[in-house]
Amino acid sequence: MNNRTDWTAHIVLGLGVLLFLLPVWLVFSASTQNPAMIGRGELSFIPGTGLDVYWKVLTEGAPGVAPVWHLLLVSFGMAMAIAIGKILISVLSAYAIAFFRFPFRLACFWMIFFTLMLPVEVRIIPTYAVMAGFGLINTFTGLTMPLIASATATLLLRQTFLAIPDELVEAARMDGAGPLRFLRDILLPVSAANIAALFVILFVYGWNQYLWPLLVATDSRLDTIVIGIVKMIGADTSVEWNRVMATAVLAMLPPVAIVVLMQHWFVKGLTEGDK
Amino acid sequence: MERRTLFGGWALPAAFVLPQALLTILFFLWPAGQAIYGSLTRQDAFGLKTQFIGLENFVDLFTDPLYIESMWRTLGFCLAVTFLSMGVALLLAVFADREIKGRGIYRTLLIWPYAVAPAVAAILWILLLHPQIGMVSHALKTIGINWDYKINGTQAMLVVILASAWKQVSYNFIFFLAGLQSIPRSVIEAARMDGARGWRSFRTIIFPLLAPTTFFLLVVNLVYSAFDTFGTIQAMTQGGPGKSTETLVVKVYRDGVVNLDLGGSSAQSVVLMLGIVALTVLQFRFLGKRDKT
Repeated sequence: MNNRTDWTAHIVLGLGVLLFLLPVWLVFSASTQNPAMIGRGELSFIPGTGLDVYWKVLTEGAPGVAPVWHLLLVSFGMAMAIAIGKILISVLSAYAIAFFRFPFRLACFWMIFFTLMLPVEVRIIPTYAVMAGFGLINTFTGLTMPLIASATATLLLRQTFLAIPDELVEAARMDGAGPLRFLRDILLPVSAANIAALFVILFVYGWNQYLWPLLVATDSRLDTIVIGIVKMIGADTSVEWNRVMATAVLAMLPPVAIVVLMQHWFVKGLTEGDK
Repeated sequence: MERRTLFGGWALPAAFVLPQALLTILFFLWPAGQAIYGSLTRQDAFGLKTQFIGLENFVDLFTDPLYIESMWRTLGFCLAVTFLSMGVALLLAVFADREIKGRGIYRTLLIWPYAVAPAVAAILWILLLHPQIGMVSHALKTIGINWDYKINGTQAMLVVILASAWKQVSYNFIFFLAGLQSIPRSVIEAARMDGARGWRSFRTIIFPLLAPTTFFLLVVNLVYSAFDTFGTIQAMTQGGPGKSTETLVVKVYRDGVVNLDLGGSSAQSVVLMLGIVALTVLQFRFLGKRDKT
């Protein structure tokens, strides 16, 4: 239409980008500087020279906190277990609810739907009590299992499955495909993009958990990186800020990388399913 | 919406639903039931005797000025976070929807903060606003503002609002942008023919068409700011100084986990559940209406 540069748009969007990038740049910059200087408030935008702090936090951690490689490992294990576990059980239950008629089908659907309204934050104590009853406190299972059950993934997949044209199902049946072969050979390939989007959303969800790990895992060997960071700044007297900031950079990298790399699918999956 | 073509048999689907049904009952319904039961009972100091006391825990809760105070505080906090993050996101989305060079790059650079954990967002803001090390705090001090959110409650509230809203902007941006893109160009062009441009076109045409997105985000953001900000608040202020940033979720955690008041914290859990049920029902009634028209 017109070829004039839209300066207002560039200025507004540029400021928006800076609003997000500047704090992160500052964190990176601080991670390379002398902790005593940061403590005195002499923080600089220009990074120092010490990238060796990354090696130090990865192998040593900080006072009272496990080495960061271990924190990353726990976070990664937790995020993967939640993402994969949730996708597995949701594919099965959404398939059953969308393609079959069986007794209590609607009851099952509403029961799953109802869990949307019960985030872990509102049932802190009772869920903890249930976990304690099963002896799952301070176990990896306890860390991940209760977060696998929530409804979002099932509802999203149900939407996807309902949108699959009837002709496809009929054609598969004419070819003699049973329900299992239909799931494996047709439904899963057709929904691959939605499942990829779901994976991104769930990985980030699992990686960013804070309250649940705080409650259920008091053993420092099960500390995630998010828990580890908050512990590091909790020691208010002698915080080694460069280590905290290096850990913060390492905590952001994996989920941000996944979102950026899988951006296209992720945005589609997020907005098409409405939550 | 129902499918027309279905497979027969019920053993297979029952087996498929079973894992999720079991997890749901074990980790959602059972604890929720326990919370309701716990909220109606009182345990003695040793946990030996449990006594049914009806709604007494709730009466205690709603006559406790500290709880009422925390409710108002949470409401203010949630509204501030919601409007701040939605406002900034809408502004950015409107400009990112224009046909400009490099808009793909702008989008990527505005979307990534979705992946930052609430507790890690707190770290970024600590580096800016911490009374000793914060970069912005020094600037504030040089112009004569006595900045120390570790002692000043109002400043502490401001700090957790900023950090929480910052983290949520990109989520809202993604939805607003998708909403804007789904508005047919012809509608905007037609408005332009009638002389509606810029602010007027936005106010009279675009914003009303965005209403479903806005309403959906309003509910999501209220839920986010009420529940998911626990990590941010815990990392920055732990609810302090005093109780000045103690939202309802922080209070449940303090009362239940730190002070071990089980009956009271169960009652608080039930109140939070009712709140979130009300928000969800509101949302689905509204979105349901949109589907029918």
